[in-house]
Amino acid sequence: MNLPKEQQLDLLIVDDEAGMRTGAERSLEGFSVTLPDFNETVTFTVRSTGTGEEALAALKAKTPDIILLDYKLPDMTGIDVLEAAPEPRDFLTIMITAFASLEVAVTATKRGAFDFLAKPFTPEELRATVQKAARSIYLHRKARRLEEEKKQVRFEFISVLAHELKSPLAAVEGYMHLMKERMKGPELAAYDSMVERSVVRIGGMRKLVMDLLDLTRLESGKKKRALEPVDLVKAAGLALEAAAQMAARKKVTLELKAPPELLMTADPGEVDMIFSNLLTNAVKYNKDGGKAVLELERRDGGAVLVRCSDTGIGMTETELAKLFGEFVRMKNEHTRSIDGSGLGLSILKKVVKLYGGEVRVKSAYGEGSSFELTLKDAKVSMAGAEPALKA
Amino acid sequence: MSTKKNILVVDDDIDFLDQIALTMKADGYNVTTAQGQEEAEDAMLTAIPDLAILDLMMENMDSGFVLCHHIKKIYPATPVIILTAVEAETGMDFKARCSEAASWVKADAMMHKPVLPEQLRSEVRRLLRA
Repeated sequence: MNLPKEQQLDLLIVDDEAGMRTGAERSLEGFSVTLPDFNETVTFTVRSTGTGEEALAALKAKTPDIILLDYKLPDMTGIDVLEAAPEPRDFLTIMITAFASLEVAVTATKRGAFDFLAKPFTPEELRATVQKAARSIYLHRKARRLEEEKKQVRFEFISVLAHELKSPLAAVEGYMHLMKERMKGPELAAYDSMVERSVVRIGGMRKLVMDLLDLTRLESGKKKRALEPVDLVKAAGLALEAAAQMAARKKVTLELKAPPELLMTADPGEVDMIFSNLLTNAVKYNKDGGKAVLELERRDGGAVLVRCSDTGIGMTETELAKLFGEFVRMKNEHTRSIDGSGLGLSILKKVVKLYGGEVRVKSAYGEGSSFELTLKDAKVSMAGAEPALKA
Repeated sequence: MSTKKNILVVDDDIDFLDQIALTMKADGYNVTTAQGQEEAEDAMLTAIPDLAILDLMMENMDSGFVLCHHIKKIYPATPVIILTAVEAETGMDFKARCSEAASWVKADAMMHKPVLPEQLRSEVRRLLRA
């Protein structure tokens, strides 16, 4: 186990009573707060001043983490100190006040005071208050760190997305320039391939935008779900039909192995997303003349096992490890002409999760891949179910 | 008749590859294309490039840089143009990365995508004259 890391917080005491200052300093000497959640121990370095002016100078010299501030100072009030404090004011204020008046409390809270200590207080009361402040500081710091990490992930996603959107634009733009320069002479037919490629790239871009919308809707949980009894076998049959044309172009045979019927509570759109996703991948990443099999089978406990295996190009260990990343498309000598948004599996994973399952992949390079997942009845949301129960 | 100059073009986008190849061929160069770092490494051994045009964002973030480094090691006299599609507006710290990397990869020119055919032509002419 890791030993707790020791951290120091800087604490500034501002009080005109010398006895109070030394008393507080002594109470906090050697005092430490353990934060088990962070695996850290906090100790305190204490500075103290007796007037408002001195306090402002101390704040200017170094922003403390915590300030213990007496309301009644010889030259100004504690509130004046807070108002005049230099930016950044990211310290935690504990107001010390002899007469715990409501008015002072309200004003101080408005100025961002975190807590109050009413004079006279015991060393224990002081320590308890400081401990509370230290915990709060760490919680805030942790929250801020998480927020920053989230922002970073979002930023990276958007950067890659921008790149994925710009690539097809650049390709189409490039063809336009070549056509404008009549690069292939005056015959219009000479440019057919350029037009054809431009159409393909624009189509890919549209697919990316649609996938992105799907993914965003799934992530936000805002997607409207129409849950009803769905026959998975029938749905799989429809998805198979939809993929048939694409399969025929690559001479890939599609096969469905399933019982006559498998009923489940599900959203038909989501079910189609799952099957289409599996089948298009099985066709796209297949060899010419290959085979793809979609299997459905009821498991004990009512869950349905879905397996889609192909005799395709397969993946290496390294490729497999990267597979579920967003915008990841396997790039090797077999896949370069394959189009895709790179979001398909991210979407599949999120949809399958709605049915309490996860996607497992097995793959052998050059031999094929097999995607396996289990689906359980979708849970009808409690909000919708409650009135029915009460009725 | 002078022998044609060889240009190696590396990009993972087939359309971009075709476009550059077409432009360069029209200017009378021999063009070898490769869709990734590995393919390029092989290609440059069989057809010695007089100039190379590399995309930065291939399979890995840095494969363009690495490739440039290798080309310069084997053929120090071969000018290299690096094309980047990721720009400052969205590119994270990419710009900093580019200029930092540019100092050690010793690319002869960095150009931003999309590149106008005319721009690329004049850059290629300039580097091959030098």
